[in-house]
Amino acid sequence: MTDLLIESRELEDVLRQALPTDVDYASARMVDERSEHLSVRQNKLEPIFNDFDTGVMISIWNDGGLGYAATADLSADGLAAAVTQARHWASVTAGATVATTPPSEHATGTYISPVEVDWDTLPLTDRLDLLQQQSRLLGIDDRIVDWRASLVRRDVDQLLVTSGGARIEQRFRFVYPGLRATANEGTNTQIRTFGANAFCGQGGAELLGRHGFGDAASRVAEQALELLSAPNCPTETMDLLLAPDQMVLQIHESIGHPLELDRILGDERNYAGTSFVTPEMFGSFQYGSELLNVTFDPTVPGQLASYGFDDDGTPAVRQHLIENGILVRGLGGDVSQARSGLPGVANSRASGWNRPPIDRMANLNVEPGESSVEELISSIENGVYLHTNNSWSIDDSRNKFQFSCEYGQRIENGEITGTVRNPSYRGISRTFWRNLAGVADANSFTVMGTPNCGKGELNQMVGTGHASPACLFAAVEVFGGEE
Amino acid sequence: MSNADHVYFDELITAATTRLLGDEVLLANITGERTDFIRLNNNDVRQAGTVAQRRLAVDLIEGQRHVGGAFQLTGDRSIDDARLASLLGQLREQRRFVADDPYLLFNTSPTSTERIEAGSIPEPDDALADIRAVGQGRDLVGIYAAGDTYSGFANSLGQRNWFQSASFNLDWCFYLQADKAAKNLYAGFNWDEDAFARKIDWSSRQLAALERKPIDLSPGEYRTYLAPRAMEELVLLISGYGAFGQRAHATRQTPLLRMIADDATLSPLVTISENTAGGVAPNFQSSGFIRPDTVPLIVEGSYAQTLVSPRSAQEYGIPTNGASGGEYPESLAIAPGDLATATVSEALDTGLFVGNLWYTNFSDRMACRTTGMTRFATFWVEDGEIVAPVNVLRFDDTAYNLLGDQLEGLTDEAEVLLDTSTYIERSTMSSQLPGALVGGMRFVL
Repeated sequence: MTDLLIESRELEDVLRQALPTDVDYASARMVDERSEHLSVRQNKLEPIFNDFDTGVMISIWNDGGLGYAATADLSADGLAAAVTQARHWASVTAGATVATTPPSEHATGTYISPVEVDWDTLPLTDRLDLLQQQSRLLGIDDRIVDWRASLVRRDVDQLLVTSGGARIEQRFRFVYPGLRATANEGTNTQIRTFGANAFCGQGGAELLGRHGFGDAASRVAEQALELLSAPNCPTETMDLLLAPDQMVLQIHESIGHPLELDRILGDERNYAGTSFVTPEMFGSFQYGSELLNVTFDPTVPGQLASYGFDDDGTPAVRQHLIENGILVRGLGGDVSQARSGLPGVANSRASGWNRPPIDRMANLNVEPGESSVEELISSIENGVYLHTNNSWSIDDSRNKFQFSCEYGQRIENGEITGTVRNPSYRGISRTFWRNLAGVADANSFTVMGTPNCGKGELNQMVGTGHASPACLFAAVEVFGGEE
Repeated sequence: MSNADHVYFDELITAATTRLLGDEVLLANITGERTDFIRLNNNDVRQAGTVAQRRLAVDLIEGQRHVGGAFQLTGDRSIDDARLASLLGQLREQRRFVADDPYLLFNTSPTSTERIEAGSIPEPDDALADIRAVGQGRDLVGIYAAGDTYSGFANSLGQRNWFQSASFNLDWCFYLQADKAAKNLYAGFNWDEDAFARKIDWSSRQLAALERKPIDLSPGEYRTYLAPRAMEELVLLISGYGAFGQRAHATRQTPLLRMIADDATLSPLVTISENTAGGVAPNFQSSGFIRPDTVPLIVEGSYAQTLVSPRSAQEYGIPTNGASGGEYPESLAIAPGDLATATVSEALDTGLFVGNLWYTNFSDRMACRTTGMTRFATFWVEDGEIVAPVNVLRFDDTAYNLLGDQLEGLTDEAEVLLDTSTYIERSTMSSQLPGALVGGMRFVL
């Protein structure tokens, strides 16, 4: 099962010929996924799993109606049946839809993930040896009661053709490394991971070196043990310094989701929720302090959600969403922009061949500032420095949040004075970012991602990219776990 | 309802079995659906379409060595035979490089089963017309999903298991404004106009109650009634993170750690089980083991049994009870209590009526301290009467309080709640849950 479908001229011809020409818009989006899942738990190899997932979504817009049909039958007959089904839905829904304007772009282009070291040059035995080696570095103490090293390689090829002549070919190569150590004493269990799976991205085997996968296992295990004897995080209002692997979550939940235009338009109100952001805020709302600059940037090489085009075929470019603290642009693709009249970006994305595109985050990054992390720490009289998310909860308007981290460090009088366990903090998105008091420089700027962002009806799970330096927030409600 | 997919799967695996080498054993699982989806916003269609998919997963075993894989079936036998042969060839090649798996366990005593729920669901065009008719003049938002779903297991030892149903699931809200909405669900195997009308009537009455001016409550501890849907959000969080799983139990990662390491208990009113017989999930799992009708997990507040997957059975030297690899309940049931469902408002007297919770997670997982938000219809009640909707509140409290010291009663009716999840494919999970009256629940934001 190694032939690349995307290189099949015959299949492309079948896709093109399947598209009707007597409708306002038609597209065929073929997705061909191949993944390998490797995991070593407690120095024992778990079953290797290879996943292949291939299919086509046909979308049709006509006379104010729209419909789709997804099929794994890529024959001419199979695609013809899907076209008939999608055409029927477009007919049934004509005059009864909230979206009447189909995607406007019919571009042609190619995107290929940057790969320096092709996985296929690293034999399976070498990949397994690497995980065995990391596993042995995790299981270093009797108090480490469970541990795991894992590696997922996922290749996704997509071909989009439209009735307007578009041909977009994208070849993604993803890597998801993972480490996890669980330490226990009595009723105290502490789990430390390799960035909570956020050190994922696009590329080949070189990606493992980018975030120091080969050197991280010992640190992960030692910090899990360290947390066992650490005091509980104090409960008080104090300064909060967030490491990049917690900023991932903070950006995602309290900037990314609230800015999605489909939430603002109400599509998600029955499931993922609405937004405290309203249309009139764009262009004037003070989302954060003047230090806050947030970009939608699908051009970052190797970031998890980099791409050349979204799944409606719109060319993707870097754009500011928040500039010097002011909200300027939302996260909505071509269809949502037409519905709302608001400025957006190329972020109409689907989780696979069997799900229709909706507004999703892609790479959503906080741009670096000018302070070093050391300068930020030295400016804190009373605070904590939190690393690696392990719990997240936020209301359906994306306002009242509460997040927890794996590992905390106490900061007193400008110095790190110790480790704290079970740290959490809570706040309100609408005002939280206005307390942004410091943004670290490019030296701490770390490119990461969130592999599993859930949203949509029908439900969809996609990867989103987030890059950030460490950031300092003033006067935040911080607290610890149960005593 | 057609049995074509059943026959296709059977024949595909029978043919593949003849091509196995030496002492190889093949385990095969299929999940499939043909589902019509209609997504609505403001009573108009946002997206509508049909998804047809059939995913075949196999595990190719020789002795204690094995490798797995999966792919989408096309429905064309010659193509699917060739793809399966190609996949098995790849697995054989990889198997050369793996050691014996000490935790491999599969059912070697073939037990074949078949369960088919032949429902009566409307044509999708008719369903859309019905839904839009009741939503006329209202801000209806949600999703309708309907069609056949199936799961099958087969192995080269001759075992065959099949579970198939035709079902529908309408998950929707009537929105009033901003975040104020009446949430409801109409799901089942046979579409009944009268039952649907009753659901609509209930939602309409709740929407009317929401029209009162909402109030803000300060953080603090409030007497609270958690409706079954709110209980679902709370209980599924805990069970999803290993509360009842053998591996989480053995590695001290269960949120109920204090129950096994420190003699903590829940209220004696709380009895929780995995009730496969009362659910809609298949009664077989991916290694071919048949699930018992019920597995007691918590009995009168004390830990009883864990869910044990075949791998955990090997690892920890105990029998499997047919749990999936994730070792979480798929048909969780909490036994009802003696609080009259019809008069919960009177029993609440003065306090919070919480219809739904949202986005639950842990504040301190090992202490089973949870957090989350109220959502949709949450009301302030005085003297048993609704006074006003309440703006969203964040709670932060432990299960040992909510289902322990502070639990005053469970309703005498447990509501059957079908899981509406459609990640990857339509879920077959469900739960049976009563409402809970809590003497004091801690709200923090």
